[in-house]
Amino acid sequence: MKLLKLVPQDTNIKFLKLRVPFFIVSLLLMAASWTLVATMGLNYGVDFAGGQVVQATFTEVETAPIEDIRVRVDALESVSDPVIQRFGDDNEVAIRVKLPPEAEGDPAFANAMTNAIVIELESMGARIDGVDSVSGKVSGEFRNDAVLALLAAMLMVALYIWVRFEWQFGVGALFALFHDVSLTLGMFALFQMEFSLQIIAAILAIIGYSLNDTIVVYDRIRENLKKYRKMPLPELLDLSVNETLARTVMTSLTLLVALLPLLFFGPASLFGMVAAITAGLFIGTYSSVYLASPILIWLGVNSDSFVPQETEADRQEKKVLGQL
Amino acid sequence: MLEIPLWKKISLWVFTLAIAAAALPSLLAPAGIDAGEGAPQVNLGLDLAGGSHLLLEADPADVAQQRLENMEEAVEAALRQANPKVEFGDTSRSNGQLSFILDSSADIDRARGILEPLMMGDGLRREWDLSVVDGQRMVLTPTDSGEAVALNTAMDGAVEVVRRRIDLLGTREPTIIRQGETRIVVQVPGLQDPQALKEQLGQTAQLEFKLVDQQALPTNTQAGVANPGSQIFPYAEDGDFVGGFEAVKRLGGIRGDSLIDAKAGVNPQTNENIVNIQFDQQGGQKFAKLSTENVGERFAIILDGEVISAPTFNEPILGGAAQISGSFTAASANQLAISLQSGALPVPLTVIEERTVGPDLGAESIRSGLIAMLIGSIAVITLMIATYGRFGVYATVALIFNVLILLGAMAIGNFTLTLPGIAGFVLTVGAAVDANVLINERIREERKRGRKVITAVENGYKEASRAIYDANITNFIAGALLFWFGSGPIRGFAVVLVIGLITSVFTALALTKMWVSGYLAAKRPKDISI
Repeated sequence: MKLLKLVPQDTNIKFLKLRVPFFIVSLLLMAASWTLVATMGLNYGVDFAGGQVVQATFTEVETAPIEDIRVRVDALESVSDPVIQRFGDDNEVAIRVKLPPEAEGDPAFANAMTNAIVIELESMGARIDGVDSVSGKVSGEFRNDAVLALLAAMLMVALYIWVRFEWQFGVGALFALFHDVSLTLGMFALFQMEFSLQIIAAILAIIGYSLNDTIVVYDRIRENLKKYRKMPLPELLDLSVNETLARTVMTSLTLLVALLPLLFFGPASLFGMVAAITAGLFIGTYSSVYLASPILIWLGVNSDSFVPQETEADRQEKKVLGQL
Repeated sequence: MLEIPLWKKISLWVFTLAIAAAALPSLLAPAGIDAGEGAPQVNLGLDLAGGSHLLLEADPADVAQQRLENMEEAVEAALRQANPKVEFGDTSRSNGQLSFILDSSADIDRARGILEPLMMGDGLRREWDLSVVDGQRMVLTPTDSGEAVALNTAMDGAVEVVRRRIDLLGTREPTIIRQGETRIVVQVPGLQDPQALKEQLGQTAQLEFKLVDQQALPTNTQAGVANPGSQIFPYAEDGDFVGGFEAVKRLGGIRGDSLIDAKAGVNPQTNENIVNIQFDQQGGQKFAKLSTENVGERFAIILDGEVISAPTFNEPILGGAAQISGSFTAASANQLAISLQSGALPVPLTVIEERTVGPDLGAESIRSGLIAMLIGSIAVITLMIATYGRFGVYATVALIFNVLILLGAMAIGNFTLTLPGIAGFVLTVGAAVDANVLINERIREERKRGRKVITAVENGYKEASRAIYDANITNFIAGALLFWFGSGPIRGFAVVLVIGLITSVFTALALTKMWVSGYLAAKRPKDISI
């Protein structure tokens, strides 16, 4: 049987030749991402902004009567500034409302608001699929926890890599992860996709997979550093990336073919999360090759890093042996 | 490496099949086959099964306030019952402290002696500090440990009351867990009416009977000015007297927390909705005494700080049974009956987070999630077999076992599968083969360098395992942090991810190694296509 070879054997692509331009582009993209987050902001869902969402399906018609819903919900006394949008299929809608500032911290008001919307939608023949209601206090806690979780995850894995490899590798991995998280956030700011708890889970998954790639390349660099002691570092990095290229492509591809059906046929409420992970897959693979590796050159990794240093005891021993 | 001892093979198989078998009940359940009572099964999260998740929170200030009120009554009773009576006045509760002025400074030491026992809670811990300022003003300040114990007791009580109320609503398999110092998580699967549940839990149901202050001037009461020893309560919002107020005597009333029964009913004469209550023996005696001593007087029935009605004691009520009326609908009478029957909440609770998912949406999510996972798995398998041939087949079988073991482990550990958890399954399918990809690519390389088949395979497993372990451990760290930070559905994602890492390392390393070595030992091939 003729087996599929996605990557020809013995590739020798000079990835690192373009390391400076790519690095500059990455820095620019990161700056752009943070600028977007700062100026346009993230479109926080109720998880992080607080408020109420009612989801409903109009089971008897093909398209939900958005305009009609808008008129009716607007007319409700207890509801102010509803955001009505299609969600998933054409006959599915999500109605989002926020508590007016004066009713902040008043659960009875929130309750009355969702209840009024639920009753109105039911009277229009819709099936209520879900209600999410998050108070400002809880959403604030979610925000803090999310930032903490992301920072802790990045620092702890960087620490692990430092212990297992060398400090330069830890810094390289941390920088690559920061790049991945930044670009993902930038993407969410640019497209104003809803930013929820699920997206935090997605970002942590991205951190995981980006690291996967980084570690595989790093592991090969470590091996080659011991093997080819005289090879110049850029050449050695290129060799390591090329040697692991087949694996990188294959694994990214298996992940991609697993994710795409979920993106297109999966539950609508998972779309944002899966889209983030899919985009992160590309970002993470790129960063392992173009950020995590060249940083090692700039941080001054060399073949001595993994060769045990000669200790005083060793020298003494040698001397003794030499005298014999 | 290729010589795997028989006992090791057998234990690998036993372990694999035992855990995979635990997945069967969960797989059969959707097909309508019941594996029977006690079979381990994966729980479906509320976002898949449908249901409501409520996060309730108590305000510690409410507990402190309640405690202060109780202390005031206790102090009042103790000082009045003393012989001779200790005279005092100007009682006030402010800044979380209770203070009053003794009429005579000569009484200070005696008052101290009387009150000291009240300052100790269970006798082991000082719950209040007693001090004297400005000559003869006594100030009672709660200690931090006293407050903490009171809050803890109130929350434990609240959990019990919440449980009883949910049981009375006839809901099946609720989960009620205390979270942190002031929160309670309530999860009710497949609930039809989350609104009713929220209203039921939002009602503190603190019922009080207090005598109406007959001396109070209606104009003063309306303006919020009470006579000394009285306090003013508003009428309930949905009642007939909305907007009105009633002045009642602060002390000498009784609380409705000593009920043994409460039922909604209809008054046959007026056709009004009412709630019939039955006091326990002690409460009944107190109520009999109150009604006997105050025949012809009006008393207010106060629920959660609002007056429901203020009828007159026409005659002594001796049997311990009473009737509450006051503009109820059949539904609100029933709700109140349930609340009273389950007891008052020791502290008011507010809903600070709600997640409700309808059962239809959950079912659709499971269906579309499964379809997506099936298509994804087929694509991954095709890719693996097309790329690695026989070694791809091994990886595929390992993948199938991986999914089964993952499901089985979740069933045994009684973990919950949530909607993001489905995404976790799909990710695991996509990522689990990575270990085999690493090994197989390494074998290719080793073969290319001219190593013999057996050496190439041996090196492949050995050299690749370093990166496999490092990558999985770092992933594990990220997953564990997600588990720690996340709640509900997100935690379900982290669980699948983390267990999936362990099972995929096991299946990709241990199982495929066993199969590959078995093949090499049996056939001793000179060349392998990989």
